[in-house]
Amino acid sequence: MSQLPTTTIIGLEVHVQLKTATKLFCGCSTKFGSPPNTQVCPVCLGLPGALPVINEHAIELAIRAGLAIRCDIPPLTKWDRKQYFYPDLPKGYQISQFDLPICADGCLEITDPADPDAIRRIGIIRAHLEEDAGKSMHDEAAGRADSRIDLNRCGTPLLEIVSEPDMRTADEALAYLIKLKEIMTHLGVSDCEMQEGSLRVDANVNLHIDKHGQRIATPIVEVKNMNSFRNVAAALDYEVERQYAEWEETGHTIQTHGKRTFGWDDVKCVTYPQREKEESADYRYFPCPDLLPIRIPRERVEQIRASLGETPEETRERLQSQYGIKAYDADVIVSQGRAMVEYFDAAAMASGDGKRTSSWIQQDVMRTLKEQGSDIESFGVSAEQLGKLLSKVKAGELTNDRARDVFKHVSENGGGIEDAIKALGIEAVDDSEMESLVKELLAANPKVVDDVKNGNQKAVGSLIGQARGKNPNANPQKIREIALRLIDQA
Amino acid sequence: MLDSALEVLRMQAAGEASAVEIAERAMDAIEASQTVHNAYTHVDRESAIASAKTIDAKRAAGEPLGALAGVPIAVKDVLCTSDMPTTCSSEMLRGFRPPYDATVIEKLRAADAVIVGKTNMDEFAMGASTETSAFGITKNPWDTTRTPGGSSGGAAAAVAAGTVPLSLGTDTGGSIRQPSAFCGVTGLKPTYGRVSRYGLVAFASSLDQIGPIAWSADDCALLMNVIAGFEPRDSTSLDQPVPDYTLATESNDLRGMRIGVLRESLQAEGIDESIRTAVSHAIGVLAELGAEIVDVDLPHREYWVPTYYVIAPSEASSNLSRYDGAHYGHRAGEEAKDLVTMYCRSRAEGFGAEVKRRIMVGTYALSEGYADEYYNKALKVRRLIRGDYDAAFSQVDLLLGPVTPTPAFKLGDKVDDPIQMYLCDLFTVGANLAGVPAISLPGGFDPAGLPIGIQLQAPTLEESRLLFAASAFQSATDYHTQRPKQ
Ligand SMILES: [Zn+2]
Repeated sequence: MSQLPTTTIIGLEVHVQLKTATKLFCGCSTKFGSPPNTQVCPVCLGLPGALPVINEHAIELAIRAGLAIRCDIPPLTKWDRKQYFYPDLPKGYQISQFDLPICADGCLEITDPADPDAIRRIGIIRAHLEEDAGKSMHDEAAGRADSRIDLNRCGTPLLEIVSEPDMRTADEALAYLIKLKEIMTHLGVSDCEMQEGSLRVDANVNLHIDKHGQRIATPIVEVKNMNSFRNVAAALDYEVERQYAEWEETGHTIQTHGKRTFGWDDVKCVTYPQREKEESADYRYFPCPDLLPIRIPRERVEQIRASLGETPEETRERLQSQYGIKAYDADVIVSQGRAMVEYFDAAAMASGDGKRTSSWIQQDVMRTLKEQGSDIESFGVSAEQLGKLLSKVKAGELTNDRARDVFKHVSENGGGIEDAIKALGIEAVDDSEMESLVKELLAANPKVVDDVKNGNQKAVGSLIGQARGKNPNANPQKIREIALRLIDQA
Repeated sequence: MLDSALEVLRMQAAGEASAVEIAERAMDAIEASQTVHNAYTHVDRESAIASAKTIDAKRAAGEPLGALAGVPIAVKDVLCTSDMPTTCSSEMLRGFRPPYDATVIEKLRAADAVIVGKTNMDEFAMGASTETSAFGITKNPWDTTRTPGGSSGGAAAAVAAGTVPLSLGTDTGGSIRQPSAFCGVTGLKPTYGRVSRYGLVAFASSLDQIGPIAWSADDCALLMNVIAGFEPRDSTSLDQPVPDYTLATESNDLRGMRIGVLRESLQAEGIDESIRTAVSHAIGVLAELGAEIVDVDLPHREYWVPTYYVIAPSEASSNLSRYDGAHYGHRAGEEAKDLVTMYCRSRAEGFGAEVKRRIMVGTYALSEGYADEYYNKALKVRRLIRGDYDAAFSQVDLLLGPVTPTPAFKLGDKVDDPIQMYLCDLFTVGANLAGVPAISLPGGFDPAGLPIGIQLQAPTLEESRLLFAASAFQSATDYHTQRPKQ
């Protein structure tokens, strides 16, 4: 039997962890990966008597994010308690936003994966702030009450971005996520590291099946636990197949069966039903009496809007036209976030050579950052230093190899470019000194002279190695030029 | 008898007694009282004497001293103290020691007060008789067969029994004023937000407020000077300047002040004749002092108690969710094999009947399908009640009325009848719902010799006006100077 015409309906709920130094309601650090329960205080532990105080930076970042996805920022937003019992939720409720979210009614435009010239507009219902829960670690093998709880993450600010069910394929969902991540990282709102949990995706999916002119909707499934964008797409593709087969077999529809929650098993590449809750959850939302509603004046919103700067697309286009770098290279730099773009801008300006700067950033800078586990904001080689270094390469004062030595020296030891050059014993070799060196070598290598005269210019290559053996600061380009000129004149 | 903080300060300044001598006297008085009244859940003689020693040393060295230097003070066991247990008189928190001090405790320490111990209360401040405590009932020093009131029954009884001149209570629906009335002392519930709630274990967060209990309004003013003020750790605390409250108690001339009498409330059913008499008498005293007396009405008064008993339990049901046995407090034993059983058993064993009743009422009132009918409707009525107060205070400077329908009732009389117990809050919950300050002060005695309180209420942040009128009243009356027979 051939498959009936089917439309896939996908909506995504994305939690991004806001890049604040401290938690949403207390002064504890949000750093990832510290020993369990070392970043806690009475407030985030939910101890009796402790009270929350709002982190203004989180409000700022939420507004930035909301404006970038074209949301309205209503003049009044408030806090509500969402109540449920779970050991990683020490207060027995989560402070969240119920009926007055900080951002509402936006959209995100993506390139249609099926038609590169078309734009798909994905609606965004709302984006609201909430505090994260802690982490439960279950020792299931022990088969008894051996769960452990780490509350370091408890109270970390999250922005939950809820899309309309406007996506029709897994590829569209993927494009939406990539675009969303790009915007959030570019604006410095979030790191969006799925592995570290600073971006989490829940996907709601079902099918509309057209049968004899009738539209049948399958029950909605919410898929959780996907740890990469690739897995989100794989889980959605899997669900499409599974839901169709299930409908054929059981005839279940949205009218007969409620929403279910499925997990994603990335080893078996299947979705599986998670334990159903005994009854539908009633979170008993009510306004949090410990926090005042927040008024957000129009002027503040406009101020933040003005500070947003260019979008990633605009940056990409500008980098290509301003520095003549390729679309691919612009993409790599932009995808590293705004701080990297600023670094590139400053370095390229100082070096006067955008292409060289781009390739250095993508190779040397990014590799060093990875090795050091640090980020561009705290990188030991400033943009100005890199620019200065590359301008020396451009001017022929340094070879690429020697520049790399200088770069390494500065990134490891600090200090200026000139200090590093001095410390490494690098000196510019003047032309007359170089000319006498090449003369000496030509005299010692008559075969090279003959080869070049017979049209094999590559033969000078062997001189370069010898020249640098005698003087490591000799510039290969210079040696080649002088050698060819002298042979030509001879 | 240690019955005046101002006198304790004077004695030390005059060299008539050291802080250590005063602390020792307080501790002796507590020991004598405790077996009779059970006003305390925890007392620490050694640490009280030690802090008194430090103060004497500071005085000897000529160092500057705080506003309450060497004054013994008892604090309700709902305020977090890092050096004493904080139990809320509940099995759930028996032995619980917070890792931090409440803001008011920090302020007391900074003012060189000597904290002698924690006072008994209704469990999690839910009750009007201190009979729901897991640490035994507290008895009224005026008549030990009667309740001291609640929930700050221990704090009021500690002052009335002469163990300390000052105590700190909390007031969610009358929990400072009603026990103050029953125990013949003066108790002030400040404006919501005037005193930081940081470190006050929450019962109903939008209503809870910390305030002073003492014999006189003058002593209450002294303590208010120390505890009032904005604090960033409590987002609901008010960022408004704090006046010197003691200045308000200097004049006794009430000319030019308009006081509205809640005439309607005096007609309320079940109100004792002795209460009516005391209020009428107070009207006369205040008029004599120069105040202009007019009648006013708060039209939605009959909805106060129902509104309060939806909002307070709703917030309580949420605030008390954290006591689940997982992190701190009471946890059910080994037989609780799975998580849900552990939660259920821990809460079943840790909470008393009244706390459970309110958690269930509040959970119901917030539930899907019922929230509009109960919680959300109560919020709307609360706005009307606030409107009533605004309208009244556009005509008058203060409101005068009763604190309680009756003097202190017998122990055991109402503890099994929640509705009767809730009606104790008839005249007090309005100030909490509206967020305004209110004071209970001794206004006479019934024929059996039980103290009666009268209540003054003022507009938001007008504690000075309340203390001014209360102090003037006390300059013309001697009810606050009467003491229970030892
Ligand atoms: Zn914290």
